[in-house]
Amino acid sequence: MSPIAPGTAAPEFRLITEKGKEFTQDDLRGHTTVLVFYPFAFSPVCTDQLNVYNEVLDEFEAAGARLFGVSCDASWSQKAFRDHLGVAIPQLSDFEPKGATCRAFGVYHPAGFPQRALVITDPDGVVQWSFQADSPGDLPGANLIFDGLAAAQSRV
Amino acid sequence: MTHLGSAPLPPLADNDHVRGAPDATLVIEYADFECHFCAVAHARLTPVAVRRVFRHFPVRSKHPRAWACACAAEAAARQGRFWELHDSLYADQGRLEDPHLWQRAGDLGLDLDRFQADRRSDEVAARVRRDFEAGIRAGVATTPTLFIDNQAYAGIPDQALIQRLATSD
Repeated sequence: MSPIAPGTAAPEFRLITEKGKEFTQDDLRGHTTVLVFYPFAFSPVCTDQLNVYNEVLDEFEAAGARLFGVSCDASWSQKAFRDHLGVAIPQLSDFEPKGATCRAFGVYHPAGFPQRALVITDPDGVVQWSFQADSPGDLPGANLIFDGLAAAQSRV
Repeated sequence: MTHLGSAPLPPLADNDHVRGAPDATLVIEYADFECHFCAVAHARLTPVAVRRVFRHFPVRSKHPRAWACACAAEAAARQGRFWELHDSLYADQGRLEDPHLWQRAGDLGLDLDRFQADRRSDEVAARVRRDFEAGIRAGVATTPTLFIDNQAYAGIPDQALIQRLATSD
């Protein structure tokens, strides 16, 4: 399984926000969106990853993008994780049916958790860039997202 | 707009903080002063005869005092005492609040009024931010991250790496 390819419309999916509301492909419209798929709340590498991305949230916003963390953890766990980290990146849960959205985006690890992957969609809901780390233990730097945003802009 | 996209690691510059023999192996370190792993890296690198460069990579959500400590170290640098404050901070990470920084600056014999003004100045903030942004662009995503011969080593340097540095020319 490889991550969804640029140029592909985002698949139908359903995630749950921290407030318990649905977040679907329709919610991608009108924004440039970065979906940050990460393996587990509270795991050490995920912790560093969201902390570093949080440090440059203003720059992501200036680049016209909004970020969401996506994992298969329950929303309560994600909220506790986000509170624990002290980060502002909103979380989306792929808890039930577990991993369905990750599978739809081609980023579900066979061991039952999201790959460490990044997907950028444009305001029409079309995937413009995607990346998957070689290993869930590898941490993609924020520079890769900025590269992805530049590549996404050059495609449209 | 995407000024934080990938870029090569900046080479050693005149206003980098550097210590060690000029002909020793160059180790460029991205770190913050509240990071316990960075303190371990510092302890492991201290006995090794390398040329060390320190660059700031404070991540505030993880280490709330990291930014203040980075600015304090830059303020000390403006009085020629960067490495002294660097070593002081890593020697005791349990005391990083403002009164502790004043105490440390006083112990180093710094001009405290100047230290206070400098550590809150836009110039010092820009200097810290410069290091941080260059680190982001070079792909730094955790602390400490060491660069040796342009190869990145994320996390605490293991004994094999320390041994290699210790035996390199």
